[in-house]
Amino acid sequence: MIWETVRLSLRSIRRNVLRSFLTLLGIVIGVAAVIAMLTIGSGTTEKVKADISKLGSNLLVVRAGRPAGPGGPGGLDQAVRPLAEKDVAALVAHLSGARAISPASQKQVRVIFGTESLTSGVTGTDSAYLDARDWKLVSGRPFSDSETRAGTGVCLIGETVRQQFFGAGDPEGEIIRVNRTSCKIIGLLEPKGYTGFGQDQDNVVLMPLHAYQRRIAGNRDIDNIYIAADDRTPTTELQPRVEDILRDTRRITPDRDPDFAIRDMTQIADAMTSATTTMTGMLGAVAGVSLLVGGIGIMNIMLVSVTERTREIGIRLAIGAHEKHILIQFLVEATVLSLLGGIIGILIGLSLAGLASMALTIPFAPSPAVVLLAVGFSALIGMVFGFFPALRGARLDPIDALRHE
Amino acid sequence: MSAPLLITFDKVWKSYGEGEARVHALAGVDLAIRRSEFVAIMGPSGSGKSTAMNIIGCLDTPTAGTYSFMGVDAGRLDRNRRALLRNLYVGFVFQGYNLLPRSTAAENVELPLIYRGVAARERRELAMQALAQVGLVGREHHTPAELSGGQQQRVAIARAIVTRPTLLVADEPTGNLDTARTHEIMELLTTLNAELGLSIVMVTHEADVADYAGRIVRFLDGHVASDTLKAEEAA
Ligand SMILES: Nc1ncnc2c1ncn2[C@@H]1O[C@H](COP(=O)(O)OP(=O)(O)OP(=O)(O)O)[C@@H](O)[C@H]1O
Ligand SMILES: [Mg+2]
Repeated sequence: MIWETVRLSLRSIRRNVLRSFLTLLGIVIGVAAVIAMLTIGSGTTEKVKADISKLGSNLLVVRAGRPAGPGGPGGLDQAVRPLAEKDVAALVAHLSGARAISPASQKQVRVIFGTESLTSGVTGTDSAYLDARDWKLVSGRPFSDSETRAGTGVCLIGETVRQQFFGAGDPEGEIIRVNRTSCKIIGLLEPKGYTGFGQDQDNVVLMPLHAYQRRIAGNRDIDNIYIAADDRTPTTELQPRVEDILRDTRRITPDRDPDFAIRDMTQIADAMTSATTTMTGMLGAVAGVSLLVGGIGIMNIMLVSVTERTREIGIRLAIGAHEKHILIQFLVEATVLSLLGGIIGILIGLSLAGLASMALTIPFAPSPAVVLLAVGFSALIGMVFGFFPALRGARLDPIDALRHE
Repeated sequence: MSAPLLITFDKVWKSYGEGEARVHALAGVDLAIRRSEFVAIMGPSGSGKSTAMNIIGCLDTPTAGTYSFMGVDAGRLDRNRRALLRNLYVGFVFQGYNLLPRSTAAENVELPLIYRGVAARERRELAMQALAQVGLVGREHHTPAELSGGQQQRVAIARAIVTRPTLLVADEPTGNLDTARTHEIMELLTTLNAELGLSIVMVTHEADVADYAGRIVRFLDGHVASDTLKAEEAA
């Protein structure tokens, strides 16, 4: 009976191809918009997640300055006491649950090789930095402990720096000038690409902290301390331990606010992903409104269809159709119609999302759940908006209906 | 006449409109029809024939009085129960054929069986049998537009008898047909009445069509003016 009705409704849809297509358009556009939005949105979320995990997972970053709320960047106020090597030493001596602890100071500095020059992010740090940031070398070696201690003029460079100066060539052993000092390249860093904010993470030069402090910064300050948690220790557990140790070495009594801020990159990652998820949801909801418009289109065409087929309804009722048979017939027709629109819309939406993800260089992330939801939702729209016209058809008086021209 | 009663009208009224404009399409009709009778209903235009037919076929209900169908007070049933009665016991043939224009002859004939929940294969077989009974073998896959008026009316008759109904209700079944086609259809109805014992109530304006029936009921201004059995007429 139901199969019979589906066949019947497919036939009547086929009979009015143009009209059916125009009816479908609303649903097609609505579903395509929703699918495209949600797919692009989840691609963006994935991209943001990947970017943040490039910063290093399970990472705490300490910087001088007052904390500005949970997870947010610490406000840098001038009078603040910078971090110092004894803070790092205290952490190394007392902190348990950390895989790597590394100080770092950064500055944008002009780097020169031969006649070429480039402004790069130069970081002074130690050999634990690569471990803390989950960063690997493509070739060469990290600084040795003695180089770190002595502040020898050696450096590691990122892919962008290499390309600028050496093209595809091997940079190892070459001497570059950083500010007014020269340093020998001893290794090449693995490329990381751009962050979601458009920052080139490969335009970097790493050098021993003491070399940086002496020859570039001209002070003994430390901008950040990177602390990577080990596999067993969540960052939320590590954070209060770090705070205790630093309060102790920096002599800050528990009744005062600390003069340093600890950022939890995991929390930032969560906040960012939840922001993009919210955005995606909102865009999806806006697109959903167009689905509603599509539903009204379905209702309109079903009303026309019922009126046009009044006589047919009369015949069916006269030869023994129950009210519910007529109701089901038109409901199935509306549902089949909007399902069809939904399926076409999904195909179009996925294609759009595919194109967009190529253009935006984000991952193409179609979600089976979203597709199923769209199928279900378009069927539901057909049923809801088809119901009133179908009921109207089913309630017709057979005698009046038969007399209808 | 020993056959059991099929339908009875007991002082049946059917009125339309209100107050001044009130029209009594039926004004106290008394009528009884037995199983396997072939009754022709005649009368001037507007005398209430179609109104009576709609009640007989359980499409409509009286305003006052009692209409019984196979002993059931059909006038008091809701529309879905009447739909069930129609589906089980009544076949309709209309003046304008009333076939579904875009369905083939076979599909049209199968239609009442769909609403009875008959399985597809059995439906096809029964439809073919019914089409054979009305002499339309070989035209199963034609749509109404590809059939002549007489052939369309045969399809309609096949559709009416495919459920093996007890009663065939035909409102001017030959109204749109020429003389030759009219007599073919009447021969067919007579055969169905004689061989299957199918009860037939038929409205017609033509005396020679009415002559095929065993009994002629004449309506006038919403009531029965005369009721004659053929045997009496001949005598
Ligand atoms: N739905 C209705 N509303 C109002 N009046 C109606 C309605 N149906 C029928 N009538 C009236 O009832 C009367 C009987 O109509 P009916 O159709 O039964 O006549 P009939 O005998 O079948 O006539 P014809 O031979 O022309 O078909 C007519 O006066 C008609 O105007
Ligand atoms: Mg009439």
